[in-house]
Amino acid sequence: MSLTRQSGVPRWVLVPAALGAAFVVLPLVALATRVEWGSFFSLITSDSSRAALWLSLRTSAASTLLCVVFGVPMALVLARTTFRGQSLLRSIVLLPLVLPPVVGGIALLYTFGRKGLLGETIDVLGLQIAFSTTAVVIAQTFVALPFMVVSLEGTLRTAGERYEVVAATLGARPTTVLRRVTLPLVLPGLAAGAVLSFARALGEFGATITFAGSLEGVTRTLPLEIYLQRETDPDAAVALSLVLVVVAVLVIGLVRGTRSTAL
Amino acid sequence: MSLHLEATVADRGVDVSLDIGAHKVVAILGPNGAGKSTVLAAIAGVVRPDTGRAILGDDVLFDVAAGTWQPAYARGTALLAQDPLLFPHLDALDNVAFGPRSAGRTRAQSRATAMTWLAEVDAAELAGRRPSELSGGQAQRIAVARALAAEPRLLLLDEPMAALDITVVPAMRQVLRRVLADRTAVIVTHDVLDALLLADRVVVMEAGRIVESGPTRDVLARPRSAFGANIAGLNLVRGRVEGGAVRTPEGLVVSGLSDEELAPDATALAVFSPSAVSIFLQRPAGSPRNVIAATVTELEPRGAQVRVRAGAISADVTAPVVAELDLAPGAGVFLAVKASEVAIYGA
Repeated sequence: MSLTRQSGVPRWVLVPAALGAAFVVLPLVALATRVEWGSFFSLITSDSSRAALWLSLRTSAASTLLCVVFGVPMALVLARTTFRGQSLLRSIVLLPLVLPPVVGGIALLYTFGRKGLLGETIDVLGLQIAFSTTAVVIAQTFVALPFMVVSLEGTLRTAGERYEVVAATLGARPTTVLRRVTLPLVLPGLAAGAVLSFARALGEFGATITFAGSLEGVTRTLPLEIYLQRETDPDAAVALSLVLVVVAVLVIGLVRGTRSTAL
Repeated sequence: MSLHLEATVADRGVDVSLDIGAHKVVAILGPNGAGKSTVLAAIAGVVRPDTGRAILGDDVLFDVAAGTWQPAYARGTALLAQDPLLFPHLDALDNVAFGPRSAGRTRAQSRATAMTWLAEVDAAELAGRRPSELSGGQAQRIAVARALAAEPRLLLLDEPMAALDITVVPAMRQVLRRVLADRTAVIVTHDVLDALLLADRVVVMEAGRIVESGPTRDVLARPRSAFGANIAGLNLVRGRVEGGAVRTPEGLVVSGLSDEELAPDATALAVFSPSAVSIFLQRPAGSPRNVIAATVTELEPRGAQVRVRAGAISADVTAPVVAELDLAPGAGVFLAVKASEVAIYGA
């Protein structure tokens, strides 16, 4: 392997850089070495594993959809308008990125829970959100939404408004401009945002267990299943962890793919 | 469709008032940063003026005092910029069909309309191409077709040929000449040829104001602003009438001929061609010439000739003369021009 040094990076920088890379790679290698390959397939297809995997995929898909439904308009408002308090709003929208998920879970509990801010309203409608699959989706959407907003807002700003201005002078109304010009132009950013949101939703643990609990087949998603199996069946936990690593690698590949075709 | 515009845009220092007759083309000339594009943007509804109003035909585009503001999409003023800005995700045909489609026509109708406009700009064979597969000149022709397909009541062209390869500019100018006939249009340009060939009237802008306007030939033949003179390649000396001459505030006196009655002390312009200016190292004596002491500031090759700039005055001389006189920036020279070569206009 030869290193091509394009800029004047001092040689000694390579040492901490290599250590850092090893720090990321080694745990993954360690994980792979502990996998019981002989029983790998039966471990990840046990009833509880399959239930958890299926629940994770369903809820992550649903929250990704919600991220698109709410995140795209939010990114549009942040990127294409100016109003008082906009930068404050942007910071608040990004808060779930840095907030400990467990704190998010507690906040959601006091919003949608039976005694929460919207609890009575929801009760009147005959709904029970906390500790249901709906709660899983809400928790995942809460933590994943900023990924969509950040990714798409960046793409919108990079794409600029020039094409939209041209479209308007050609007689296109704002909705037509959005549908026929803006969205097609930022599609790569939208796809990247959706993939990142999906990945974040798939990995969500803290907010889910706090707000939705851990009921098999209802709220016990794959990360929760791994956490529980670790106590009783470490081999199953390791096998399921590897499944999530593979999914994560696929996600990174997908995002890189969409980014490289972006404008 | 006639246009009446009066507008100020404070943060760009623009304050203009402009009238365009129906089926007339007006060229806006002026140096960079003069506010030409801002005027187009205000008409198109892309920039919001601070004061003023614009009326296209009987239709109020905006009237700040009355609180009227038509959005860009409702104005019927297609804007063609220096950059073609074809939508990269649509092929040429669907780019051109964008306007008709936005106006509510069906896909088939829109494409049929688009095809006729592509043919109009000699680009029918490019219909299936993506913008990334087009050259700059091809893309700009398709952008022209796209603007026309939107059936604008007023066509706004913002330096449509500035970004094109010089070899395709003449063909593009022919296309514009053809499609602009019988249209109301405003074209912002740097090129005096555009103004001569495409426009009925010329407006010269400097620092956000209109400093000169009139029929194209008049303005180019008798420029009253420094920019007008520069683009027409003429020297321009502004001052006050003194006898048969113009005296500048700096004390320079230029004699010339005038075919109009000039009131003493009135503001006037002396205009003369750079080719009428001779350069001497010693003050020439004897002949009835204007002689101006100056310092060479710049030498600019122009084909077989060299344009020598000395302060505000330019002289076109041949390369051997430059060598013989050893002209270089900083050299002190005397510029001479016969009074019979100088035209004086009241300003």
